[in-house]
Amino acid sequence: MLATRRLQKELQKMHAQLAPGLTLVKAEDLTEWVLDMRVLDDNPLYTGKTFRLKFMFSQKYPIEPPEVIFVQDAEHTIPMHPHIYSNGIICLNILDKEAWSPAQNVESVCISLQSMLTGNDKNERPPGDEEFVRGNTRRPRDINFYFHDNAV
Amino acid sequence: MESDDEINSFHTSDDEGMDDPDSDLSNGEDSDVEDELEEYDGDDVGFESQEKIGKQQKKPYEVDFKVYSPEDIQRAQQRTVDEVKGVLQQSPEATAILLRSFRWNRDKLIDAYMERREAVLEQAGLGDEASSGAKIMTVPGFCCEICWDDSPEMQTFAMKCGHRFCVDCYKRYLTTKIKEEGEASRIRCPGDDCSRVVDSKSIDLLVSEDAHDRYLELLTRTYVDDLENLKWCPAPNCVYAVDCKIKPRDLPRIVPTVHCDCSHEFCFGCTLNDHQPAPCMLVRKWLKKCEDDSETANWISANTKECPRCHSTIEKNGGCNHMTCRKCRHEFCWMCMGVWSEHGTSWYNCNRYEERSGAEARDAQAKSRQSLERYLHYYNRYANHEQSAKLDKDIYIKTEKKMTQLQTTAGMSWIEVQFLEAASQALQQCRQTLKWTYAFAFYLARNNQTEIFEDNQKDLEFAVENLSEMFEKPVDQLAGLKVDMMDKTSYCNRRRIILLSDTAENLKNGNWEFNVDFDTPR
Repeated sequence: MLATRRLQKELQKMHAQLAPGLTLVKAEDLTEWVLDMRVLDDNPLYTGKTFRLKFMFSQKYPIEPPEVIFVQDAEHTIPMHPHIYSNGIICLNILDKEAWSPAQNVESVCISLQSMLTGNDKNERPPGDEEFVRGNTRRPRDINFYFHDNAV
Repeated sequence: MESDDEINSFHTSDDEGMDDPDSDLSNGEDSDVEDELEEYDGDDVGFESQEKIGKQQKKPYEVDFKVYSPEDIQRAQQRTVDEVKGVLQQSPEATAILLRSFRWNRDKLIDAYMERREAVLEQAGLGDEASSGAKIMTVPGFCCEICWDDSPEMQTFAMKCGHRFCVDCYKRYLTTKIKEEGEASRIRCPGDDCSRVVDSKSIDLLVSEDAHDRYLELLTRTYVDDLENLKWCPAPNCVYAVDCKIKPRDLPRIVPTVHCDCSHEFCFGCTLNDHQPAPCMLVRKWLKKCEDDSETANWISANTKECPRCHSTIEKNGGCNHMTCRKCRHEFCWMCMGVWSEHGTSWYNCNRYEERSGAEARDAQAKSRQSLERYLHYYNRYANHEQSAKLDKDIYIKTEKKMTQLQTTAGMSWIEVQFLEAASQALQQCRQTLKWTYAFAFYLARNNQTEIFEDNQKDLEFAVENLSEMFEKPVDQLAGLKVDMMDKTSYCNRRRIILLSDTAENLKNGNWEFNVDFDTPR
C-alpha cells in the first residue's frame, strides 16, 4: 500500500528531524496525525501562539492531497487569516486536487501554511465566513474552493 | 414513412452561412457525402412531397448536418494533427497539445506559433524543446519523491522538465487523474509547481490499457467541446456527436433541428429537444415565462389590482374602498380605480363610473388582465400538446400491442400492420410541432403572414385530432380502417411539412414580426 509505506517513511523522517516551529503531537495510526505549529517571525497577529493542525489521509495519499484543518480546543485558537474559516477549514490551492503535487508531504504542507501566516497582515476572516461556518457540514475534500486570490 | 425526410436531411444545397471554409472536422469526409448526393441535385425542383423514394429536395426547415461516431472523431483529430505537425515541425504529441491549447483553431495556432514560438510553447506547457525523447530507465542513487523509495532496481520516468519519479508512482498518478478526476488534456507533471502538461506519448508509455482508452475518450470529449461546429447528442448514454455549421449568430433565422443516429431529435443551437418552428431565443423566453407565471400569476390576476400610479400590486383584504397605496401614498378608489379626491362627498359609495380618470385606470387594468388571458390561451394549448406528447410513449406501446393483435386476429402480415407505427410516429411528431406553434404564436405580432400561419396551425391541429381519434378505435375495426388511416397519416405529415416550410421560409427572410425583443445571441 503506497499510503502506508509513504507515511511510515515520513514518520521516520519526522521523528529524526522536523523543520523549525513544528512539533509532532500525535501519529498513532496512519490515517490521522496532529501537529503543532508556531510562526517563526514576529508577525503581531501570531506571535507567541501555537496552532494545532489535523491531517487526515486517504488510501490514495500522496496521489491525493491530505485533508488539513486547524483545530480549536482549550489551548489552541484558529489563526486569523482571510483564507482560514473560523471552523478551521483552510482555503489553500495546494490542498486542492487540481494543484496538489504528490511530491508534497506533511512537512512541506506545514511549511506552506507557516509562510501563509507569515505573509499575512490582515486580521480578518474570509468573506462570508459566518454563513459558511453555520451552513457547512461538509469535509474539506468535498468543498470546491474558488481560488480567487492567490496573492495572500 | 416520415423517416425518409430524415435520411436526406443532409444535402448539398448550400444555405447562407453554412459554407464556411473554416470547417475543422472532416473537410475530407464531407466530400464523400457530397459526392454521393450530387446525383440527387437538380432533378427534383418543385417535386411535391411524396413518400416513395429518397428523391426529395431539402426542405426549408432542414439543415445540413452529419453524425459522428467516437471513431470518426478520433480520426478527425488525427487528421488535423497530421496536417499541422508538418507546418510546425513538431512531433504529433506536441502538435496535439498545441492544438488543444488553441481549441483546435489551426490557423490561429499556426499564426501565433510563427510569431511567438517560445511563448506559445510555454503557454501549452511545452517549454523549451518540445520533442519528447523521454523513456523509462533506472537511475543510480535515485529516490522517488512520491513513494520515498530508493531501491536501486527501480524503473523511473521523467519528461523534459526533469521531474523524475518511479514508474509505479507516475502510473498511479496518471491513472487517478484520468479515471477519477476525468482529466486528459491538462494533466500536469506530478512535480511540485511544474506546469508541464503530460503529453500523450508519455501517457501511452505509462498507463494501462483501460486507463488509456478512457484517456482517448476524454480527449475526444474535449475535442468536441472545443469546436463550435460539434456538439454531443444530449440523449442519455448516446456516444455520437453531431457536426453542423449553424453558428449562434444564425439562430434568429433558422431552427437547426438535427437527428442523431440514436434517433433523438434535438436543436443544434440550444441542445433542447426539437422545438421547430420556434427559434431558440423565443423558446428560452417562453420557458422562462412559463416557469415564472405559474399559479402565483393566476392568483395575483384574480385577487389583486395595481396601484394606478406606481403599479404596485395591492390585495384588498377587507375594509372600505378608499385606498392609500403603502408605497407611493396615492389615494384612489378600489371600485373605479379613479383618484379619491374626485369623489367629493360621496364617501365610501363609488358612483362615478363615467369619470375619465377612473376609465383610464380601468383600461390599463383591463389591458394587463387581457394580456394574462392571452398568455393563458396559448399556454393551455401548448401544455395540452406537451401532455399528449408525454403520453406518446404509452401510445407507442399500445400500438405495438395492437400490431401483434392484428397479425393474429386479422391474419395480416408484419409489413401490413406497419401503418400503425407510422401513424403513431406522425402523431408524436406533429404534436411536438403543434406545441411549439403556440409558443411561437404568443410572441407573434400581427401582420400579413400571421393569418397564413394560423390557418396552417389550424389545419395541422385538425388533421392531428382526426388521426388521433381514429387511433383509439378498437382493434377489430383497425384493419378495415387501414387505407383511411394511411391517408390521414400522410395528410398529417404533409400539413406539418407545409407549416414548417412556411414558418422557416419567413424566418429566414425576416418576415415575422415579434411583439418582444429577443436577446441577441452571444
